[in-house]
Amino acid sequence: MNRRSLLKSTTFAAIASFALVSAAFAENPVLKIGFVGVTSGPAAAWGTSNQRSMEARAAWINEIGGYDIGGTMYDVEIVAFDDQKDPKRAIAGMEQMAQAGIHYVVGPNVDDGAAAVRPVAEQNNIIYFPYAFPKSLYEAPASNAILGMVANYQSGPAIYKYLMENNGIKTVAFIAGNESDPLSQRDSGAAAAKALGLEVVSDTVTYQMDTTDFTPVMLPVIKTSPDLLVLSGVSPANAPQLIRSARELGFTGLISTETAQDAAVLQEGAGDLANGFISVGGASTPELASDAMREFVDRYTKMFGEYNDESNTKVYALEYILATIAANPAAMTDIEAFKTTMDTFEAPNPYMVGDAKLSYVGTTSFGQKRQVSVPLVVNAYKDGVFETLFVAQVD
Amino acid sequence: MEQILANGFYLGAQYALIALGLTLIFSLMNVLNFAHGQMYVFGGFVTYTVVAQLGLPFIVGLFASAIILAIMGALIEVYLFRPVIRKSKREESTMLLAAGIAFFLDAAILLLFGEKQRGVPKIVDGVFNWDMRIIMPYDRILIGVLAIALIAGFIAFMQYSKAGRAMRALAQDRVAAQLMGVDVDRYSMIGFALGAMLAGLVGGLLVTITGINLGMGGPTSIKAFMMIMIGGAGVISGAIAGGFILGMMESVGLTMLAAYGDITYLAIFASLMVFLAFRPQGLMGKPWG
Repeated sequence: MNRRSLLKSTTFAAIASFALVSAAFAENPVLKIGFVGVTSGPAAAWGTSNQRSMEARAAWINEIGGYDIGGTMYDVEIVAFDDQKDPKRAIAGMEQMAQAGIHYVVGPNVDDGAAAVRPVAEQNNIIYFPYAFPKSLYEAPASNAILGMVANYQSGPAIYKYLMENNGIKTVAFIAGNESDPLSQRDSGAAAAKALGLEVVSDTVTYQMDTTDFTPVMLPVIKTSPDLLVLSGVSPANAPQLIRSARELGFTGLISTETAQDAAVLQEGAGDLANGFISVGGASTPELASDAMREFVDRYTKMFGEYNDESNTKVYALEYILATIAANPAAMTDIEAFKTTMDTFEAPNPYMVGDAKLSYVGTTSFGQKRQVSVPLVVNAYKDGVFETLFVAQVD
Repeated sequence: MEQILANGFYLGAQYALIALGLTLIFSLMNVLNFAHGQMYVFGGFVTYTVVAQLGLPFIVGLFASAIILAIMGALIEVYLFRPVIRKSKREESTMLLAAGIAFFLDAAILLLFGEKQRGVPKIVDGVFNWDMRIIMPYDRILIGVLAIALIAGFIAFMQYSKAGRAMRALAQDRVAAQLMGVDVDRYSMIGFALGAMLAGLVGGLLVTITGINLGMGGPTSIKAFMMIMIGGAGVISGAIAGGFILGMMESVGLTMLAAYGDITYLAIFASLMVFLAFRPQGLMGKPWG
């Protein structure tokens, strides 16, 4: 190589490097969204499906060039914190989000964590989307929490009413884990069942969350011979074992829950015994899922190796945050602008076929719009997949 | 009442097998292995992977769990516990190490096997029903019988094999055993491997019944500690007795106290506190029986 060639190639390399660096500087600005939830320990599945839904959606957005907010394309970065289902750690996580200048956080996953972070969120101008049901989080004077799913006191009565009309159920029994979420869901479920005219034949039996053999637990419940057995607030880990124990003890009635479940877990843990099990999902069935939902499932599966059906409901929170900020770009740093926008916000629901809309609801339950409107899709499990039983809408 | 007793007996068999590995390690090395529950979970996930993911027979999964956990146990003893025991004069060093291993295994399980509950198909279909007085699925009966067979095999191994006799000698008096020519390092490693293998075997057996998930390790360790406290730490017969007593208490409590809410373990813990106040060494006490 002579000197001229060397000079030429050096100059070319320098120009190319400069161009690449310039391109790097021209990358989209980043919008950080937080997640504070449980991704380790017994309840890891709840938070992991949240975090992975957000990461899969963020990667998708970034791959197609970003999210358009006020004419500027933003890359989305998910900042995650594992609270280990411990309220103290949830507070630390929310403080970390505040220090990072984050104004929108998904989580926490459970009641006590969601209640614990409230002061931190309110003092630091953070809007958060808990998966917890206490009404005090969403009723005035509280205003920073937005329920990220359908609450059991909304889905339960709809399920019981449907089963009364279509299956003629008259008696119901409740069984719940000995933790605040399942117990409160049991209590509100039993109250709703009584209000509908159902006879509650058992609602005192509870179990430790670490139970490995549910046969002794289930025995006194099955002896009451209910038409419907409700597994209040049951986690995906415990549902197959409870179903299996009930069926093996000879129970032939209906079994339902108001939490989201995973079809693969039910199939592995209970097999055919889970057929007919009723649970709540998102746009989880083929007849409801849009192309965007199918692509989301495909991307999630490629990214993490396996899809989790709980993500059918958990995909929505990030979508709501981004769409609301896009509707009013001032909301990116001003949560009061976000709250104002919520009252009138409406956008197409990308994950469902038809003319389903994204909007904020909750006026009936909380007196103000502090809940994302996700379709109340009630599923029945059959042979490894969920089938839609009925679809309803919550306000 | 027949159903309650049958449930208690089945629970007791599985609990006893879990406690055996823990008490073996404690008796040989004076180590409270807080990672025992995580080893149980790891064994369950190995069986799940072999049976559900690779499609191999259940027995292959069980062997894989036993072998992998035995190797894991041996490596943990040689490279972690042995140096710490040699260098540290304080007993809590091994407790901290065990707790650290438990956290490490939790994280490793999450990375390797994911966060979901896992299970394998029933190995035997059908339910035994004696006039509605005892209802017990055949797979539970089979697992209960296998657990009892494993307990019997373990006792026979400890009683009649050269390695078993050496480990019993170690448990009774470490220095005297060494003076009599017992290779302390070798049998400590074998003992730890055997304890870990038992944990893995139970995990593999129960994955067909209860399934397995990331969060089962800690609670399993706590129950195992309760069993050896009831029976007497470091005593094989004590671990078996503790397992069956806990299983029976749980079964009776869950049925009899159901109307009062979830107070079974409250009652069990309260009884255990009173019991230990009068007999702190447990039913069978130390040293090795």
